[in-house]
Amino acid sequence: MIQKIFHPTVHLVVTLVWMVVALFMIFLYAPQELMMGEVQRIFYIHLPSAWTAFVAYLVIFLGSVGYLWKRSQEADEWAQAAGEVGFVFCSCVLVTGPLWAKPVWGIWWTWDARLTSTFVLWLLFVSYSMLRSYLVNPARAASLAAVVGVIGFVDVPIVYMSIRWWRTQHPQPVIFGGEGSGLDPRMWATVLVSFGAFFCLFLYLFRQRIWLLRAERELSALRRRLPSRPSKEWSD
Amino acid sequence: MHSLKVIWAIFVKDIKVEWRSRETLASMSLFGLLIVFLFNFGFEPAREETLRLLPGLLWIAFAFTGILGFNRSFAGERENQCLEGLSLAPVDPGAIYLGKVLANLFFLIVAEAVIVFATSLWYNFSFLPSLSWFSCVLFLGTLGYVAIGTIFAAVAANTRMREVMLPVLQFPVAVPVFVGAIEATNGALKGDAPGDYASWVKLLAGFSVVFLVLSFLLFEYVLEE
Amino acid sequence: MPRETPHGKAGLELREVSKFFGDLEALKKIRLRIEPGDSLLLYGPNGAGKTTLLRVLATLSRPSEGQVLFGGEDIYRNAARTKAAIGFVSHATFLYGELTAFENLEFVGTLFRLDNLEKKVRDVLDRFGLGGRAKVPVRELSRGFQQRVSLARAFLHDPDFLLLDEPFTGLDAQAAKNLAGLLRELPEQGKTLVFSTHDFEQGAAVARRLVVLEEGTVRYDGELSSARLEALGIGR
Repeated sequence: MIQKIFHPTVHLVVTLVWMVVALFMIFLYAPQELMMGEVQRIFYIHLPSAWTAFVAYLVIFLGSVGYLWKRSQEADEWAQAAGEVGFVFCSCVLVTGPLWAKPVWGIWWTWDARLTSTFVLWLLFVSYSMLRSYLVNPARAASLAAVVGVIGFVDVPIVYMSIRWWRTQHPQPVIFGGEGSGLDPRMWATVLVSFGAFFCLFLYLFRQRIWLLRAERELSALRRRLPSRPSKEWSD
Repeated sequence: MHSLKVIWAIFVKDIKVEWRSRETLASMSLFGLLIVFLFNFGFEPAREETLRLLPGLLWIAFAFTGILGFNRSFAGERENQCLEGLSLAPVDPGAIYLGKVLANLFFLIVAEAVIVFATSLWYNFSFLPSLSWFSCVLFLGTLGYVAIGTIFAAVAANTRMREVMLPVLQFPVAVPVFVGAIEATNGALKGDAPGDYASWVKLLAGFSVVFLVLSFLLFEYVLEE
Repeated sequence: MPRETPHGKAGLELREVSKFFGDLEALKKIRLRIEPGDSLLLYGPNGAGKTTLLRVLATLSRPSEGQVLFGGEDIYRNAARTKAAIGFVSHATFLYGELTAFENLEFVGTLFRLDNLEKKVRDVLDRFGLGGRAKVPVRELSRGFQQRVSLARAFLHDPDFLLLDEPFTGLDAQAAKNLAGLLRELPEQGKTLVFSTHDFEQGAAVARRLVVLEEGTVRYDGELSSARLEALGIGR
């Protein structure tokens, strides 16, 4: 249905154009940040990938619940695709974070609440996809992955809260006020456009992965229909 | 009420199996002791530092000891596909989960007691003044850890390389347990007023409740094929 | 309410049941009615789907497509009722090696809410000639005796349906003869028997109905006595 109305190639072109617009806004439209200088522009990559990663985890959760509730194979495919694509975006957050932190804070990494939680989220993405590839019995894959998906999703806010409380009790490097506090309207516009580009890219990768999963499923169905008689000489 | 009987029957069965084989508890305790022992070479804590390092040391030892125990607890169920045998019975799958939780809780707490005792001797640290609050923290932290560990061990039992899969699944999700338990243990051992670390104790209790209930509901899907 | 047959008992029915494991299709749109009082032999070469079929009936494996009905109602609708009515023996013994035969059965009996448990356990142990070995840890028993305990486990709760996958495995000549005698009596007691064996003669001495499976499909279903065995490739 969606494949027909909004062809993947059209989707790809839209994504690329949007990304060019986002790049233009990031480097030419958004004003320079006073304290951090040019390096702050990585923020327009960092934050949208983080939001996209959260959306991906939400999709894992919805897909998992959908599978457990309706046993819908499609829901399982959604969860699997979101897990893999989300991993890419979450990794992007973890790479851009230190690149930004080093010149600004003078350190690559600090165990601050947001960084630590993002790292835990990344681990959850890793363990979710790893579980899928190590399962022995394919008939059990969907339900086991769904159980892990649901538990992980419920865990994320608890992790965030606990790490926040933990950090408030310990000394930490001085960090500028919360992201987004007192942002210039042009900065806001840039963040939102950039998020749009990232989200569009996410949707593109996501649908392509689902398309691939479906193709695999259809191939499996075709293979099952092949007459297989390798053990004839053994049977009598 | 049938479910309570089932939970108890599974617990008693695990205790009996352990009593005959004496494999799980011995290996868990020994493993925990080795971690505490090796820690000594890594940090060589001076007397006054002990208190600062102890909570972390203990919980890292408990974490790895727990992983060992959870894996073993389902290795026994896997042997003759006993887990399938359990799901043939007309019982609530959640009751099977709670029975395994109870057994794992028992084993891990016994192993923790051994580890705490050895730590007390080796690091010349007396747990007696803070024993009641320390035990409370230890119990709640262990409960939360076991709640997650039991369901993940059942999941990991279906994978290749399950010894690796379990910690990969378990540790990220258990982060709140470690954070809360280490902070609360720290408070308890320092002899702070319980009110100072009550929020951590509440976190541990909340975590335990949330994941016990959730896993109770989800365990059915872990068993199905 | 489940529909009851004139015998006053519910039957099992597979409706277009398929089961996939990835590329493998173990069962292909199987249609089969198992009436109360049936004595049914599942026969076929390795990999024909006998084990999968029995596992699907025993609620251990959910059909990928299709439905299994118990008394006209999906077997998962009231899973506890279905499970209480089924006794299952598989390749795996489902026994705890450290526990004795008595303890294993006592444990299972508790899960099945049996009253008067001790007497029932003793009776079933005697029935399978295990009286003298009731106090020996199962691990120390030979494969043949373990098989007997496994059979006792399936008969313990006096189920209406006995689903036995290769029940003669490991039994010596005398034990096999005893088991065959016991299985022959089941229909008169109003029980239903479905079992598989690779030894056709042994199975034919017990069953009245024959279902031949081949590559996940039913090749023959009918009276065992009227089956044209040569045409089915079953050498006598």
